[in-house]
Amino acid sequence: MTFPGASIQKELSDFEVSIEANRCLYCYDAPCIRACPTHIDIPAFIAKIADGNIKGSARTILEANPMGASCARVCPVSELCEGACVYNTESDTPIRIGDLQRYATDHVRDRGIALFEAGTPTGKRVAVVGGGPAGLSVARDLRRYGHAVTIFEAHEQLGGLNTYGIVPFRLATDVALWEAQQVLDLGCEVRTGVRVGEDVGARSLVDEFDAIVLACGMGGVPRLGIPGEEHVWDALAFIERAKMTGGAPGLGNRVAVIGAGNTAIDALTCAKRLGAQRVTMYYRRGEAQMTAYDFEYDFAKEEGIEFRFFCSPTRVIVEGGQVTGLELSRTSLEDGHLTRVAGSEFVEACDTVISAIGQSRLLATIDALGVAHDGGVVRVDDEMRTSRKGIFAAGDAIFEKGAREAMVVEAAQQGKIAARSVNEFLYG
Amino acid sequence: MADLSSNLAGIRSPNPFWLASAPPTNSGYQVQRAFADGWGGAVWKTLGTPIVNVTSRFAGLNYREHRMVGMNNIELITDRPLDENLKEIAECKKAFPDRAIVVSLMEVCEQKPWHELVKRVQEVDIDGFELNFGCPHGMSERGMGSAVGQHPDLIERVTTYVKEAARVPVIVKLTPNVTDVRFPARGAARGGADAISLINTINSVMGVDLDSWNPIPHVDGKSSHGGYCGPAVKPIALNMVSDCARDPEVNVPISGIGGVETWRDAVEFLLLGATNVQVCTAVMHQGFRIVREMTDGLNDYLDAKGLASVGELIGKSRDTITTWENLNLNYKIIARVDQKRCIHCNKCYIACEDAAHQCIDRVQRPDGTYDLVVDESHCVGCNLCMMVCPVDCIDMLEVDTGLPSQSWKERAAVAK
Repeated sequence: MTFPGASIQKELSDFEVSIEANRCLYCYDAPCIRACPTHIDIPAFIAKIADGNIKGSARTILEANPMGASCARVCPVSELCEGACVYNTESDTPIRIGDLQRYATDHVRDRGIALFEAGTPTGKRVAVVGGGPAGLSVARDLRRYGHAVTIFEAHEQLGGLNTYGIVPFRLATDVALWEAQQVLDLGCEVRTGVRVGEDVGARSLVDEFDAIVLACGMGGVPRLGIPGEEHVWDALAFIERAKMTGGAPGLGNRVAVIGAGNTAIDALTCAKRLGAQRVTMYYRRGEAQMTAYDFEYDFAKEEGIEFRFFCSPTRVIVEGGQVTGLELSRTSLEDGHLTRVAGSEFVEACDTVISAIGQSRLLATIDALGVAHDGGVVRVDDEMRTSRKGIFAAGDAIFEKGAREAMVVEAAQQGKIAARSVNEFLYG
Repeated sequence: MADLSSNLAGIRSPNPFWLASAPPTNSGYQVQRAFADGWGGAVWKTLGTPIVNVTSRFAGLNYREHRMVGMNNIELITDRPLDENLKEIAECKKAFPDRAIVVSLMEVCEQKPWHELVKRVQEVDIDGFELNFGCPHGMSERGMGSAVGQHPDLIERVTTYVKEAARVPVIVKLTPNVTDVRFPARGAARGGADAISLINTINSVMGVDLDSWNPIPHVDGKSSHGGYCGPAVKPIALNMVSDCARDPEVNVPISGIGGVETWRDAVEFLLLGATNVQVCTAVMHQGFRIVREMTDGLNDYLDAKGLASVGELIGKSRDTITTWENLNLNYKIIARVDQKRCIHCNKCYIACEDAAHQCIDRVQRPDGTYDLVVDESHCVGCNLCMMVCPVDCIDMLEVDTGLPSQSWKERAAVAK
């Protein structure tokens, strides 16, 4: 069963592509390049589309960003490349960089064109813990350097959140898996269904490999700490099930989602598209404090999502084993201090409660490798080196609120830097 | 409302916009449609001994999203019998007596066939002849078209033949496929031409298909050079018109041809010395209806300039074109960037840096962005930055050098 409804991205006609590609000014020292965390040479890839070298265009994109196909779909382009386009003027609109990137990468994906080759074998072996965007980026570049790579992945399939965690109408599984396959085609060993620190000891990794890259991401949604918690769905698990099976049995008609980040938006819109009539976001702070991107918030509004601000869940109401409502308390935010308003509790009827209040840290894996961390955030320097020699980290494992962005494109860039660092370490 | 009427060597038309001898003037049906839309005149597609055409025949040159900035063709002269053409010409003239109907002719370079053709054609009511000494493809291989137009003496001789028999004004149409167009123009004048028209199309190969490696257009895998025209040829045409307009040995009225698409193009031709203009590619691209925009725009332009008639434009810029040695070496302009309008694409910077004189600096502002600032002491006023700017935020400003005008010729004379 596939997920109902179409992708939110429309296929561009050749005509639209031509118009848009030719509209690009081919700026010098272009601001879009600087705004892209992976510094894709955007004017160059667009010029190549305009002159009919689509394969070369895709190579320019994927050389700089191994996750270029998924980033073309999930990047907050209005905050990045398109936001920096010189055409953000009163009379013009920015070049549709994301759409053109999707067109170019789709070209090689649809035709099965391989763009990269593994380097001459070096005899060095590197373990990559986690096969998500960061791990795949590391692995891709390490293979190009010629190092042997083994990817350890807890899930059955590679791709991490691209495969399992991003709503299907934004990023289809086949795109994420194709991207992973491009890395595998360079000759990686993959051990899926394996958790480092649980199924595989850290000790054996250290003994077996010349270097280790920790790209394990994060875990599930943390506990809310309220009665009835056991009936609350984890937003990421919900999206994963919906994406993999095309449905979510027992979702019901009224869905309450707690949290106001991008994952919350994904859970909300996913529930709506699965047929839930009334889907409501509950957030303890206000609209201004939402962490979701503006364009995500706008998208949720277009999808018919309802929003309740300044209320915090206090109890899941369960009758006969079935969720029937969510009790919330009003909150007040003064001088940055959030407090519950005593006696303000109210009940919202609902069939399902989904929590999207963030992700927990994979302490078992991190601690097993013995690297320094701050509350589960692995500590790295600018070259992605952890406190332990020969162990590097990238992606959500080093994501620290306020310091870095938890974007696929950031993970890809960190992966590139980590691979370069590992190479220097092995040959330094 | 200005007077748009035009008079080229006695050939009168209600406006200076004529259709050039080409596919749009192939038949009475087309010419009547054109006249109904407002064209002032038409030069009928070349009559002569009917030929056989090939398919395919045309090709367009596209630049990015702009189609047909250039065009070429390997079509020949009329492929319909002379009688049929003459009958339709008579019908057109009857239906639109105020429009100019000029008939283009082509024959072998012998007196008798030319006399016969001229006499036969002028049995119907026409306003003039245009001698096709310009077509660069096909007919030139048979000793006609540009094969004649490349020999001033042949032009003179054939023009003389035609003038011996013609009762209406004779225009000689010139090929641009020569080193100096003034020589064939002088040949036409010596032969007694009442006017010249230029330019005909330019020798061209439009392209090669990257998949099949066939030429474009191709006729069963082969092609020959064709005649190139359209907006891209306008500067070449303006130069040649200007050359003829300034040459005392030419000294006949000029019908300007080459890339005219709008009233603006027409005004340029007139200012440099043409009396009227002929149009083909623009019609092939847009249809006859564009003449309404042309007459409307020309009329408003004349009104805005306070000119009573279109004739007042003719040659007004003629003497602004001279030789390089007469240009003022002490005239100076420099570029200035309007920071308010600049969108920071840096195209001016890289153009100046790589291809001009390295005098645009990127000056960092406190917010980390850059201003593009012209180093005015080194700017040579070449215009390149202004040309590449996509938002027209670079102005070229005159600078008073405090020096009197001095040309190279004058400087060299002083040095002597």
